[in-house]
Amino acid sequence: MTARTLYEKVWDSHVIKNYEDGTSLLYIDRHLVQEVSSPQAFAGLAAEGRKFRRPDAHIAVADHAVPTTDRHLPLPEGLAARQVARLKDNCARFGIGYIGMNDARHGIVHVMGPELGFTLPGATLVCGDSHTSTHGAFGAIAFGIGASECECVFATQSLRQRKQKTMRVNLVGRLGDGVTVKDIILALIARIGTNGGVGYAIEYAGPVIGQLSMEARMTLCNMSIEAGSRVGMVAPDETTIAWVSGRPLAPAGALLDRAITYWKGLPSDTGAVFDREVDLDVSALAPQVSWGTNPGETASVTGLVPDPTVETDPVKRQKMERSLAYMNLKPGTPLEEIAIDRVFIGSCTNGRLEDLRIAASVVSGRKVADNVAAIVVPGSATVRLQAEAEGLDRVFRDAGFEWRDSGCSMCVAMNDDRLKPGERCASTSNRNFEGRQGLGGRTHLMSPAMAAAAAIAGHLIDIRKLETMH
Amino acid sequence: MEKFTRLTSVAAPLAEADVDTDIIFPARFLLLLDKAGLGKHLFHERRHRRDGGMTDFVLNTPPFNEARILVADANFGSGSSREQAVWALADFGIRCVIAPSFGEIFFSNCFKNGVLPIVITGEAHANVMAAARTGQPFTVDLEAQTVLLPNGPALSFDIDPWRKRALLLGLDEIGGILADDAEDISAFEARHRVDNPWLFLDDGRMEQLLSQGDGK
Ligand code: SF4
Repeated sequence: MTARTLYEKVWDSHVIKNYEDGTSLLYIDRHLVQEVSSPQAFAGLAAEGRKFRRPDAHIAVADHAVPTTDRHLPLPEGLAARQVARLKDNCARFGIGYIGMNDARHGIVHVMGPELGFTLPGATLVCGDSHTSTHGAFGAIAFGIGASECECVFATQSLRQRKQKTMRVNLVGRLGDGVTVKDIILALIARIGTNGGVGYAIEYAGPVIGQLSMEARMTLCNMSIEAGSRVGMVAPDETTIAWVSGRPLAPAGALLDRAITYWKGLPSDTGAVFDREVDLDVSALAPQVSWGTNPGETASVTGLVPDPTVETDPVKRQKMERSLAYMNLKPGTPLEEIAIDRVFIGSCTNGRLEDLRIAASVVSGRKVADNVAAIVVPGSATVRLQAEAEGLDRVFRDAGFEWRDSGCSMCVAMNDDRLKPGERCASTSNRNFEGRQGLGGRTHLMSPAMAAAAAIAGHLIDIRKLETMH
Repeated sequence: MEKFTRLTSVAAPLAEADVDTDIIFPARFLLLLDKAGLGKHLFHERRHRRDGGMTDFVLNTPPFNEARILVADANFGSGSSREQAVWALADFGIRCVIAPSFGEIFFSNCFKNGVLPIVITGEAHANVMAAARTGQPFTVDLEAQTVLLPNGPALSFDIDPWRKRALLLGLDEIGGILADDAEDISAFEARHRVDNPWLFLDDGRMEQLLSQGDGK
């Protein structure tokens, strides 16, 4: 038998049928449902008098629109309250599992799914959300879909798809002090571009992967979509198996043993051929920060705001000029001189326990700068409770951070957590698009360690210099 | 779904790379629960001034305010999976977007809503953009897979055959799968349950999980 990649193995085991034109009907094992992309899908299903094919394959949670304060109170009347209520009603009506916002397991879909063991190696998983690529960290084919496709999965448990091309990203070397996986993925996107991965399923591989925790692998796969790839994957190994075992929806006992045997067969075979290979030596990486309005517009924090006049491609030059105007930045300014107003630590990219531990270790015993308002929004209630058990909430509060309940919050600014026009934010989220964190707001993407350091310094700063700061 | 066969319209030129879905349809309007009527929020920040007035954005400017075709630049519709971006375009009247490349989820969302995304690259794309600026109408013919520019040749484009057929006939994809593939799905599901039983949660695991929640 020919050598196959991880992606091909999971794909092959989910093909219901191949159509003549080269597309396939792909079976979908798991569907995470949230409030923003589902109302129209439920409505469409109801309008056609259709039913859920497999209610046990779906689980719903409201994460985008929920407030991160005063959760014990009823939601204030308005659109957000209606959207959250609609999700709950739809779940009750169609018999779908729903996790409420005060449930101890509540969280951002992409944080909660893995915590519940809903996300498993070798599975296909979808969600009406582009960062579904996160779940590929377990060796699943996981991808974001639109509302119409959500409706299709409700009714048929399948999607017509064309197999992606494959790209392997080989991560070699050793991460330096203060440099994290967020810096790897930002540097990769800056290198291959925000559409460099379009049409490809990425597999992250190489010796660096073995050193990464599941949390770090999720951060890596999460941002695959920012390189244009719907799918980002890491092969399951002992780290994966240890993380999954014992989760509420994961198999247990003899079934787990069987599953583990199966999962161990999933990594790409030696000699498997990828359509594209990219090598990245992480040893020389400096901490990264974005300066523009897409994640590819990123540079080492040691660098300068780039100069559009040296860009020869007119379309790119125009885009850079537009980005700098929106960000109100002058070419040639050292990135470390950029003063900030807000700090956001959270999101499905960096709202996990490991992220909060790192950020807390940076701010411990220090104070948030006077010009900065900073918040920490745990990615899930599980993360929040564990962090509180470890005393991280105290560390953050003592430093001057606000400590919030779980949700998407200022990553997407659909609740009350948002930037005011012109405000500048150091953010651990994944998108620095115009208006993403609030109308007219300006976002600089970076790692939790870097965002924590910026909160203390009041401006962007190389985390590696913070030690020498008084 | 509304059929797409042949379309003649002026084409609005939007010569800007990386127009993401947050620009096409800002997140704060995602709280709306319906598909209909979203056109008024299309490109909201580009079309509306903060003081409430309208900008000179291309879709506000005659004749392009009536455009049913949009000529965009590289990586159009990148970012989020929000189908609202396509619903808003369609509600505004745009039925066809021509660009050198697209965000993948946006691209596939288009086909579910009777909107035709066409990939045209390089010099041909530059010609299309220039032709759009003249304000003269284009004709897009899906059957023939051509874009007919006002004074130029017919440019041909590629499209997946199944997607072409669905657009031409206005097919309901879900209805099609339920009608044609239901037996195959059932047969697969039965095999899959034997091979990967841990992926099925009707064995009480899901029920147990949910019974522990407070449901609020
Ligand atoms: S945290 Fe941000 S990127 Fe992640 S699911 Fe929520 S809104 Fe989307």
